[in-house]
Amino acid sequence: MNTNLVDLIYLISAIFFILGIKGLTKPKTAVRGNMLSAIGMLIAVVITLLDKSIVSYEYIIAGVLVGGAVGGIMATRIQMTSMPQMIALLNGCGGGASLGLAAASYLLTSGGEGYESGVMGGIAVSFVMLTVLIGSVTMTGSLVAFAKLQELISGQSIGFSGIKFLNAALFISAITMLGMLCFDPTNSTLFWGLIAAACILGITIVLPIGGADMPVVIALLNSYSGIAAAAAGFIMGNTVLIVSGSLVGASGLILTQIMCVAMNRSLTNVLFGVMAEGSEAVDADEIYAGKVKSAQAEEIAMILETARRVVIVPGFGMAMAQAQHAVRELSDVLQANGTEVEFAIHPVAGRMPGHMNVLLAEAEVPYDQLVEMDRINPTFEQTDVAIVIGANDVTNPMAREDKGSPIYGMPILHVDKAQTVVVIKRSLSPGFAGLPNPLFAMDNTLMVYGDGKKAVVEITAALASA
Amino acid sequence: MEMIVMQLALFVLSLFLGVELITKVPPTLHTPLMSGTNAISGITLVGAVIAAGAGDSASGLVHGLGFIAVVMATINVIGGYLVTNRMLAMFKRKN
Repeated sequence: MNTNLVDLIYLISAIFFILGIKGLTKPKTAVRGNMLSAIGMLIAVVITLLDKSIVSYEYIIAGVLVGGAVGGIMATRIQMTSMPQMIALLNGCGGGASLGLAAASYLLTSGGEGYESGVMGGIAVSFVMLTVLIGSVTMTGSLVAFAKLQELISGQSIGFSGIKFLNAALFISAITMLGMLCFDPTNSTLFWGLIAAACILGITIVLPIGGADMPVVIALLNSYSGIAAAAAGFIMGNTVLIVSGSLVGASGLILTQIMCVAMNRSLTNVLFGVMAEGSEAVDADEIYAGKVKSAQAEEIAMILETARRVVIVPGFGMAMAQAQHAVRELSDVLQANGTEVEFAIHPVAGRMPGHMNVLLAEAEVPYDQLVEMDRINPTFEQTDVAIVIGANDVTNPMAREDKGSPIYGMPILHVDKAQTVVVIKRSLSPGFAGLPNPLFAMDNTLMVYGDGKKAVVEITAALASA
Repeated sequence: MEMIVMQLALFVLSLFLGVELITKVPPTLHTPLMSGTNAISGITLVGAVIAAGAGDSASGLVHGLGFIAVVMATINVIGGYLVTNRMLAMFKRKN
């Protein structure tokens, strides 16, 4: 087939992808957008299969059948609470596909002998090796992220103090091997060495990152998987790969930046596991001593009964307790009672961007009730009751008031401004930042200890029978 | 060389376009955005089928790698689009 025609059809696919992403800017048009993007994909794949450079179809058909079955089963069976794991796996597959593609293309040139000598050959090799590097890091990094989210390994930071030096050494050696391969593409030892170094690097970069920093990692790996696809596009001289890869790369980068801003931390801080140093250690006992009040479900129900406006603040704890449906029932009962209910969503609540929104959407909470931090913060002063369920650091007033605090400057939800704050939590244990939360000891705060789901169900029952 | 410069231009312009488009996506849709873009990055399937279908002259290793690339890219495409659709349907249902 004429290459110009193929390229023109790739252009049509790229337009479908762009329109698809544009559709995602509004919940109403999002389903159609996703559909358009899928059509673009179909067009690109079909035209590639019709292209004459393909001689044997066995491996393609087998691969599509296996991949289609695995992908289809994963997508339809996965629980909404496990969505961060699913995204991690998809990121990993993106990286792995680019790695496989780059490695195959290298071996197809008879182990590097087929490249032209001189600058052009060097550039061609550098694209292959860049794809190998980014693809490997994305693949193994995503697998570690998956293992952490699935709790196959500890979800917290794992590592030793010198791990950043190991990472630096791995990165420098990978770059050195990449550079040497550009001059001597036939050296297959270097090629396999590069893959090994990059795969280990992916693991050792993600291992020390844990807990509340996961949304940054997920977004960043999402970006890498796109950049890897774009790099693969340079290898194949394939325009649709370049365009869609860079769209995905840009998407991941923006999400990464949003997550970092929402935590008031730089990307390097997150990647190297550095928390800001507090000027003085804060003693939890001193903050909490004698000031924390707890309450039973019945007392909370009595307060809620007369409330005109309630704001619910969900965090990772809600996902852990699978409490999203219970929370929605509470919201229904409150609304039936004439109370205005909104949900305050902090950008980094949960383990990936948008985690809380997906869970609450699954529980059929209308999306216009899910309010972003900047819009809901001014309303807390007119809020009768704020119910915090499974969130901690994102409500810590120290971030606003205590200049010496490690989390000072992090944007938080100003729940403490509400008339009454109800915190549903297992214990007074600190969140990811390891800090006590003065919110729990405030005069207007009531603690409800226990499992998030059980506590919400009890409050709802007490409210409904009141 | 002109080819590479053209491709580089395409890459950079697409990055800018991506930034413009994605800053308009509301936080509510950030998870479907990630899975949806994952599906798009499954476009490596296009490259993978070329590697997997390279013909008999290629070694078994090339076929193996091509096969793995096709499997992973297809997981991305099928899994990504289906799961995105599932999530978006939940957002749509209420209106």
